[in-house]
Amino acid sequence: MFGYNAYLIVSSATVLGASAGVCGTYLYMRKNSLLSDAISHSTLAGLAMAFLLVSALGGNGRSLVVLLVGSTLSATAGLAAVRYLVNNTRLGSDAAIGVVLSTFFALGVVMLSVIQILPIGQKAGLEGFLLGSTAGMLAQDAVLITVLSIILVVVFLVFRRDILVVSYDPIFAQTQGISLRRTDFIVMYGTLAVTVVGLSVVGLILIVALLIIPSAAARFWSNRVEIIVITAAVFGGLSGAVGASVSAFVEDAPVGSVIVLVSATIFVFSLVASPERGLVISLIRKAQSSWRVHLAMGLLSVAENRPIYEEKTRTILQKNGYLRPDGSVTATGQNAAMVALKNEQRWQVWTSQMQAEGTSVDPLGWMKIEHNLTPDQLRSIDRHLFRRDLSNA
Amino acid sequence: MTELTSTEKSPVLRVNGLSVSYNSDPVVYSVNFDIPHGAMSAIIGPNGAGKSTTLKAVVDIQPRLTGQIEIFGQTYDKVRNRISYVPQRASVDWDFPVTVQDVVLMGVYPTLGLLGRVRPMHWAKVMEALERVGMTGFADRQIGQLSGGQQQRVFLARALVQDADLYLLDEPFAGVDAATEKAIVKVLKDLQSKGKTIVAVHHDLTTVEAYFDHIVFINRSIVAAGSVAREFTEEHINQTYGRLVASQKQVI
Amino acid sequence: MLDDFLMFSFAPMLIGLFIAITCAILGNFLLLRKQALVSDSISHVVLPGIVLAFVVTGSAATWPMMIGAGVAALLSVAFIEVIVRFGRIEPSAAMGVVFTSMFALGVLLLELSDTRNVHLDVQHALYGSLESLIWLDAVGWRSLLDPVALAGLPHELWRVLAVFALVTGAIIVFWRHFVLISFDETFAASAGVHVGLVSIFLISLSAIAAVAAFDAVGSIIVIAMFVCPPATARLLTNRLKTQVALSVLFASLSVIVGILASGYVLRPFGYTDSVSAAGMIAVISGILLAASAVFGKHRLAVN
Repeated sequence: MFGYNAYLIVSSATVLGASAGVCGTYLYMRKNSLLSDAISHSTLAGLAMAFLLVSALGGNGRSLVVLLVGSTLSATAGLAAVRYLVNNTRLGSDAAIGVVLSTFFALGVVMLSVIQILPIGQKAGLEGFLLGSTAGMLAQDAVLITVLSIILVVVFLVFRRDILVVSYDPIFAQTQGISLRRTDFIVMYGTLAVTVVGLSVVGLILIVALLIIPSAAARFWSNRVEIIVITAAVFGGLSGAVGASVSAFVEDAPVGSVIVLVSATIFVFSLVASPERGLVISLIRKAQSSWRVHLAMGLLSVAENRPIYEEKTRTILQKNGYLRPDGSVTATGQNAAMVALKNEQRWQVWTSQMQAEGTSVDPLGWMKIEHNLTPDQLRSIDRHLFRRDLSNA
Repeated sequence: MTELTSTEKSPVLRVNGLSVSYNSDPVVYSVNFDIPHGAMSAIIGPNGAGKSTTLKAVVDIQPRLTGQIEIFGQTYDKVRNRISYVPQRASVDWDFPVTVQDVVLMGVYPTLGLLGRVRPMHWAKVMEALERVGMTGFADRQIGQLSGGQQQRVFLARALVQDADLYLLDEPFAGVDAATEKAIVKVLKDLQSKGKTIVAVHHDLTTVEAYFDHIVFINRSIVAAGSVAREFTEEHINQTYGRLVASQKQVI
Repeated sequence: MLDDFLMFSFAPMLIGLFIAITCAILGNFLLLRKQALVSDSISHVVLPGIVLAFVVTGSAATWPMMIGAGVAALLSVAFIEVIVRFGRIEPSAAMGVVFTSMFALGVLLLELSDTRNVHLDVQHALYGSLESLIWLDAVGWRSLLDPVALAGLPHELWRVLAVFALVTGAIIVFWRHFVLISFDETFAASAGVHVGLVSIFLISLSAIAAVAAFDAVGSIIVIAMFVCPPATARLLTNRLKTQVALSVLFASLSVIVGILASGYVLRPFGYTDSVSAAGMIAVISGILLAASAVFGKHRLAVN
């Protein structure tokens, strides 16, 4: 069952997943994830043409090296086409990507149909590159994939700071002498290399998934780039390892799809459970914040003797025991309202009189000011309030 | 507009206990203010103070967390056709393949319904609005060919064909040339003289007294609101912008 | 020659034309809303939709599959929205996550379920089978007026005709809504247009077009026709109505030239076989775009 060939597949899928995770993170940082879609779809034309050409010359068109060279050439052309359209026309990158991926892929499909017509031997299996096929994987293929993946990761590690600076602040990067062209070149051709290497394992349609999903999933777990890169590598490697192993045991389960579905599972888990930006925590925070704002607004209305319009505000005040069902205010409600009013006045003094910068800093009126300022800051606010009351009186 | 008449009638716009949040972070909080009938009012505050958010909440684009908004004593959707809202110029793609007159015509779309024909009367309105903003010669231009000030005039013309009673403008003077600023003020004052009410998000303290007669200071919540004569004080400016700007006002 | 054309090329050309025009018209609005890749996404998620419909109903009937595909397309849009809004992930990355995952699910389901007896495989989903849509009852031009012969036209034709009518009708009726939400969403919303609803409507129409088209011509043509003709037209004019008209023209041109070219391109090499017509149509649309990207009068934004 789990023979030599299976080990080859699992190890190459793991290495491929990890390097795609690393590369994909930088692609994500450059906000260009779907560029990989154009690159990968463009490979088909070159793949088919290389096969056609080498076979016509009497060579072995199915050799992995031949196919890799062909797909690299057409993917480079596709990439150049996207860049031309974005730089020299009014089309946005989404349209440019759509145009290139459909046209180049269509050219590949035409070429495949030509191959079907021509009397060439050994043409079966070329379509395996669409969805990946590992059935006939050789040891040398696995070595090739591993070596290329490792080179890629090393290149990314060497230039990681440049890419980071360029992604964060392109203008600053240029003042620091970091070339935008060079970093973009590395990110794009790195993506191209991962795509081409990954063709034989997961296929050209699903390699995009390995470039996008692990890095997007990793984004949920940290705000630090180094951590995100490592997490993405782990997620990608894990997807490759688990996916390839599962497909080795389950008959008819195509490797590429299973790998992608494993990574999708990791993504969904991250989306739901991430402690910082996950679905669960977001919903809880939203509810809490809504509750707090209603409570604060309600108490302020009570303190300033204004009517409370909202049903939800009244309900929340009642649940806290501040309001009776008939709408009258309880004693604890009066106290709480006074506390809230004082809190609000203190915040207003702080944001308008004390804080050095008045712009864009949260006057967190619905939060307890004692939790956010030091005792001496509070004392100075209260002195100010006292003076103001004196002068008003 | 004298103080007396503005207090006689009930306010055109009344915002009560408004708070708005993006995700779980409140942007504006405890916002209460009235805009009297016939006022030309400035909403003033630092960047990120929630000026645009408040305006969007008024026209029901921005969901509110708490609060009540009354316009002409009604909710927004009941009086929608009496209100014209002019979004920030930067909020649209000016590379869109339409001409100046196409954009202005969009102002009559709500009254046309699904398949209502565009009649000569509508085109006359469009041309009249373009003339009022001094853009008659530009009717057939593609909007991408316009300068920032001209784009703002087009937006104002689109608002004019809506024939509203309350005009809400988000940053109408942002990034426009001096001549355009003058032209826009003239159009707005003209509207005011016909009894319309105008509310504009504004950021230039030096022109407040010349352009407006009513002011709302906002920095996440309301600092002060009322007539410019009474409320446009150094203290309120300080309170809105913090101590830094206070010294700048002295220079002015 | 004429009989040959009527029998082998007439139906594919007509079907191709209806599909291409339908997709191109909608593509104009997707392009202007910077959602050109929504068509890419939709055409990928159509696969799991139809496979799932097949697994559930056990038949390869048209309607269950169209419904399955439509549901899958709308679900994918909902997933993308949730990921962007709550997870704060880049929209394009979110789109990539969703459509690749769903496509992978489709492939897996397809491999695991027993679909040997039906016409359902990944290759078919990608390139369709325009060539197989022949009209055997055609004998000369008279057949065009002969109800019996007309009944022998491939049933796909009536389906794409219906979708073409639906989409052009909807575009005419809701033209102002689509223009408003594409140009100025905030103004549209303040004027009482339900922006969310209208954009879902636009995406649903695109999904319906993609699903109807996909069975006949495969997903590449779908993407190509959604993006290429509108993009080509955008570089030639600054008027929306002209742009839409030009996109229809380019879509039609791609189909006609593409189908003819697919039949004759190998003749000089001594082969009479046709190459993939769907692929050829998309390639022609790409060539038209390339020409307008280099020579188009309005290829550059003014500012």
